[in-house]
Amino acid sequence: MGEIFNVALLQNTLRTATPIVLAALGGLFTQHAGIMNIGMDGMILTGAFFAVLGSYFFASAAMGVLLAVLVGILIGLFFGVFVIRFKSDEFIIGVALNIFAGGLTVFLLRTIFGVKGAFSNPGIHPIPAINIPVIGSIPILGELLNNNTVFVYVSWILVAVTYLFIYKTPWGIRLRASGEAPHSLESAGVNPNLYKYLASILCGIFCGFAGAHLSLGYLTMFTEGMSASRGYIAFACVIFGMSNPPKVFLAALLFGFLDALGLRLQSLGVPSSLTSIIPYLMTIIMMVYVVIHKNKKELNI
Amino acid sequence: MDNAESIVKFEHISVQFPSVLANDDVSLEIKKGEVFALVGENGAGKSTLMKVLYGMNEPVAGKVYIKGELITKYNPSEAIRLGVGMVHQHFMLVPSFTVAENIVMCKEPMKNGIFFDEKGACEIVENLVREYGLKVSPKDRIDRISVGLQQRVEILKTLYRGADILILDEPTAVLTPQETDELFDVIRRIVREKQMTVIIITHKLYEVMAISDRVGVMRRGKLVGVEQTKNVNERILASMMVGREVLLPKLERKKTSGEELINIKSLTVLDNRSLEAVKNLSLSVHAGEIVGIAGIEGNGQSELVEAITGLRQYKSGSITICGKDIKGMTPGKIRDIGVSHIPEDRMTTGVSLSASIEDNLISGKHKAEEFAVKGIHMKRKPIREYAKRLFEEFDIRSSSVEISAGSLSGGNMQKVVLAREISFENPVIIISQPTRGVDIGAMEFIHKLIIDERNKGCAILLVSADLDELFALSDRIVTIYEGRITGEFVNGEIDKSDIGYYMTNASKIDE
Repeated sequence: MGEIFNVALLQNTLRTATPIVLAALGGLFTQHAGIMNIGMDGMILTGAFFAVLGSYFFASAAMGVLLAVLVGILIGLFFGVFVIRFKSDEFIIGVALNIFAGGLTVFLLRTIFGVKGAFSNPGIHPIPAINIPVIGSIPILGELLNNNTVFVYVSWILVAVTYLFIYKTPWGIRLRASGEAPHSLESAGVNPNLYKYLASILCGIFCGFAGAHLSLGYLTMFTEGMSASRGYIAFACVIFGMSNPPKVFLAALLFGFLDALGLRLQSLGVPSSLTSIIPYLMTIIMMVYVVIHKNKKELNI
Repeated sequence: MDNAESIVKFEHISVQFPSVLANDDVSLEIKKGEVFALVGENGAGKSTLMKVLYGMNEPVAGKVYIKGELITKYNPSEAIRLGVGMVHQHFMLVPSFTVAENIVMCKEPMKNGIFFDEKGACEIVENLVREYGLKVSPKDRIDRISVGLQQRVEILKTLYRGADILILDEPTAVLTPQETDELFDVIRRIVREKQMTVIIITHKLYEVMAISDRVGVMRRGKLVGVEQTKNVNERILASMMVGREVLLPKLERKKTSGEELINIKSLTVLDNRSLEAVKNLSLSVHAGEIVGIAGIEGNGQSELVEAITGLRQYKSGSITICGKDIKGMTPGKIRDIGVSHIPEDRMTTGVSLSASIEDNLISGKHKAEEFAVKGIHMKRKPIREYAKRLFEEFDIRSSSVEISAGSLSGGNMQKVVLAREISFENPVIIISQPTRGVDIGAMEFIHKLIIDERNKGCAILLVSADLDELFALSDRIVTIYEGRITGEFVNGEIDKSDIGYYMTNASKIDE
């Protein structure tokens, strides 16, 4: 057992959970605004690509993140225009976005970098890990919590920020109203779609963060389809965590843990085809749980 | 009052909806400090006109002045700025938010520049409560409070935004008689003490008489008259609304007494959330009798009807119809033993909107040799003749029997449902909300049909949110509250104002 459960496992948990945390925090905005967003996977993937692009051409990780965020805003807006303005089916637009992102990144990868499958180059500047002496000096936990890449810490801060925004600011209140009872805003002379757009754009930005973390923090490369369904898992976390930031965070950590556990078991000789099932199996179990307890939640949300 | 200054002025307003001119050259002045009632049948254009005032509809022609200012931009924020507040028929509340959050939303008190001030919001609500005497508790969640209280929240919301012209769209439709009285007290108080102007949209004429100073009558988009309330009576208003004399005759009732056809014993039915919607309910209906169920909507009536008609499984107890236990029977089987069902929502369960009227009229009999060869190939000609006969008999008005049922008006669509169900000649008829959204003319006709079936010896269970209807038709009235029967009365033993007491189970009335 000691071979499986050690500090490295927990470190891996944090690393693998972080992109899911970031995307799921984005997804809970759209969820609150009454938009079923399954397009997060595509948003993460484009974010990952443009982060690498920015980092490589401007020789700066910060520029990579900035580019990922800008593209995230554009995609959020794009998604919003179809779903909010043209009232297209959210599910179809989400799926279309994912397919589009897959195709676009492959196309750009080949035309810009001239490679197939993956692009890794010493010219890509990764997001640095940061050493926070205060955290590092905490016994046991210090090793775990210190020396992570910036986005691990950013994601923690964003959990709190998102919570405050959603529940404690007027804009958060209206954003939630725009999903639950848009007419209540309309009759107050406020256009609910403004808040739906806001949610969609925020989701784009957060998924941009997730993508940047994936290609500049978690790894230092871009590979085709590297989002690897994390967008869907993030969506599952939003549902499982009832769109409440701390709960969503815990759900994402659970997924990260299972992912890390899978990798660990793999290194101990368990076939990877079995271990990689774990997160998805967990998704199904969680969804079953959600459905079974739906009634209870409807009364308690 | 006659000389009071006008606060709202409509000049030649016309509003065009895709297929209908909803307001046709309406000119009207509302005076400061009056209670103005706007009456008319469904679809007469009352709400449309008021939504123009509230900036939700834009007229194609005409001008609106509020406090002397010509309206150029039609949107609610402009109306709110000028002091107009509207309480819509369907509340504009966020169910999972608290009372305070709902009231202050979009004009939130702030602290530290970016945060919503929860405490401040509660104080605001408490101040409003003190000022206007509309009691609510700011921290309650909207979906946990009664409809009457939700309406108060809506009114407080408009007051918080500074309204002094209050529009109430069908405010009493969802209220018990007690709640209606309370609402009227509130209206009188705010008009008297706060010099507010109130416009109330309704189609209940006795309410017009009870609350208003002046009344405007609308018919088919036109304003057909404006009168001082004291110069008219319900009869005059009714004929103005319909455009002809309405007799509302006393329905003739033969003395009948027959065997028990519906027997329900200790029935418990679960709703969609698996909560008990009907609890240990027992009831019986005899041949030649109409039993009316009185209750606020959502107290188990729908689930009860669904259980009897086989549309919903029940958890425990028994239902016996015409001597047969229906446990486990499909809706079709239950029909076969003699149950007709006129469902509450004609649009979703009453008719197939996309199918033709004639097909709707024969559905349920569509496999009969009369209409289909071996139950497979439809015989169009007999179907058409049959449909035309029912058209005559039930006074269904439509250009043809072949067009889709969805193109019919509410009253005619309801007549299609009644025609189909009554023509089965079943001994048991379950009826829900037979005249909801139906105009007075069709209502008269439908009431007469129901009484005729009773006189022929049918056992009829009638569920209605309209107390007038229940009192006009029922032999016995049973009150239901939270799935339990709270009272049972022979019609004539109790009056309308007392029955509300049982519909809210008295001990649980708010405050």
